[in-house]
Amino acid sequence: MQSKAMRDVFLASLHEEMAHDESIFFVAADFGSPILDKIRADYPARFINVGIAEQNLINVATGLALEGFKVFAYAIAPFITMRCYEQIRVNIAILSQIRDMNINIIGVGAGVSYAMSGPTHHCLEDLSIMRTLPNIEVFSPSDYVTAQSYVKRALKIKKPKYIRFDAQPLVALRDEVEDFDVGFSVLKEGERVAILSTGYMTHKAVSIAKELDIKLIDIYLINSYDKEKLQEALQECEVIFTLEEAFKNSGGLDAEINFHFKDKKVVNLGFEKKYTFEIGSREFVHQENGLSEDEILKEIKKH
Amino acid sequence: MNDSNYLKVKAKYVRIETLKIHKEAPETRVASSLSAIELFVSLYYGKILHFNSQNPRDDARDRFIISKGHGSISMYPLLADLGFFNKTELGNVCKNGSFLGGIPDPVIPGYETVNGSLGHGLGVGCGIALALKSRAKEQNVVVLTGDGELNEGSNWEAIMFAPQHKLDNLTLIVDYNKVSMLDFSKNIIDMNSLNEKFKAFNWDVYEIIDGHDLDEVYTVLHKVVHHRINKPKVVIANTIKGKGVPFLETHSLSHILSVKPEDIDTLIKELEDAE
Repeated sequence: MQSKAMRDVFLASLHEEMAHDESIFFVAADFGSPILDKIRADYPARFINVGIAEQNLINVATGLALEGFKVFAYAIAPFITMRCYEQIRVNIAILSQIRDMNINIIGVGAGVSYAMSGPTHHCLEDLSIMRTLPNIEVFSPSDYVTAQSYVKRALKIKKPKYIRFDAQPLVALRDEVEDFDVGFSVLKEGERVAILSTGYMTHKAVSIAKELDIKLIDIYLINSYDKEKLQEALQECEVIFTLEEAFKNSGGLDAEINFHFKDKKVVNLGFEKKYTFEIGSREFVHQENGLSEDEILKEIKKH
Repeated sequence: MNDSNYLKVKAKYVRIETLKIHKEAPETRVASSLSAIELFVSLYYGKILHFNSQNPRDDARDRFIISKGHGSISMYPLLADLGFFNKTELGNVCKNGSFLGGIPDPVIPGYETVNGSLGHGLGVGCGIALALKSRAKEQNVVVLTGDGELNEGSNWEAIMFAPQHKLDNLTLIVDYNKVSMLDFSKNIIDMNSLNEKFKAFNWDVYEIIDGHDLDEVYTVLHKVVHHRINKPKVVIANTIKGKGVPFLETHSLSHILSVKPEDIDTLIKELEDAE
């Protein structure tokens, strides 16, 4: 099966849209990709590299959005969320409650996609800090099919969004996203136990559950999924495991599910609340944090 | 339009009304609001800015971003007088349910952006200026900051950005009142020479020697805002924090000081009696 990077398919689709939608503006903080080079080359009037300056990236993006552009602001995930968090809060979360703004914050490098680069490039806080802001949709896809489907929605919905992309090429987990607004996909049926995961961890869940009677649900609209439909999907399940590349018990996907499924047994799986300096592959970093497949499986079997 | 007597009458009205608001709502930042009055009056009553009080977000308007939001309570009487909202609202500042707070937000007709956290306005102004230029629109973007506010690093990201993109539709006005919250600015971070700093960053630099001399303020702002020379422009306006309230004018803590109600009555009487 072919692996593709979410950002590549997303940017390729956006590049196509830019041909006929002149209201699309792309701003980057000195971070690129080969497909972004095509956007830069073909639409130089609607592409700006603000330099290594995330605060200004968000502020300039805000100004463009206030004037009616559909803006995409692009940088590495930990920097575009945390270096400029207050710019996002004031000029996007607060301001968008009063004024229409189609502004899309794209962070590349969700979780420990950049495993080797160490704690500054690991992004284990973004789900919780972006999720806590009102007025921003948080989109956390697990594959390029979902990522690509989001382009049309990003252009259509006149409100702020945070788009959390994995940095590594990953295989597709579905052929298409049938009803995007639902905000989650049931990838596999199961009876008693369900894993609710997002982003890269959904791939791990798929691998773990292959031979087992476990229901798999991939959540990609972290705040704005259809709550009733998820309740329905989980009706028969007795135990729910949340699984994410994020610090545990810190306000991420686990908090969202714990809040809405108080009547179920919910077990939260995620990163220990500490930074990982030991260098290694993504799987190594997972192992260091008790998230190897074996350990996750062991945890599931306890329940 | 420079009818200097008209501007003086309006500046007096704004100053008196600002003091009245402060009397009712002592939590407002009066000293910072007094330093910018002649700047506001020249921009609005002098029609340097194009605005439409009946449709505040009219696409034909110039975009004015007041980044030093809490220091713009003096905009309330001005906006009300120009018809942005009813003058009766001026009695409700900081009262339950009012849209006029101690720090203005864009729920107030005439305000563009969220204020209260410093160092945001210039970067947002750059984005607006870029958008207007890219759509070949003629409107101007004017941003007002304080000098203490320039301590915020985000401003300097924007100060580097604006000349790179030749944002000559952008004018930054620095209300250079030289007092931050806890002390005179020079004792905290000495911004001198602001002039040289902006020149080094490739801005077109202008100075207003006396930011309370309406003739000078009007003349410089009128020239600069409409002037386009391939560069962003900055006007450094030397002002006095607390202008019109003698004990504030020299006090290092003027930003956080309130004026006693009985003193306000005396000051207003003096202002009313003055020629």
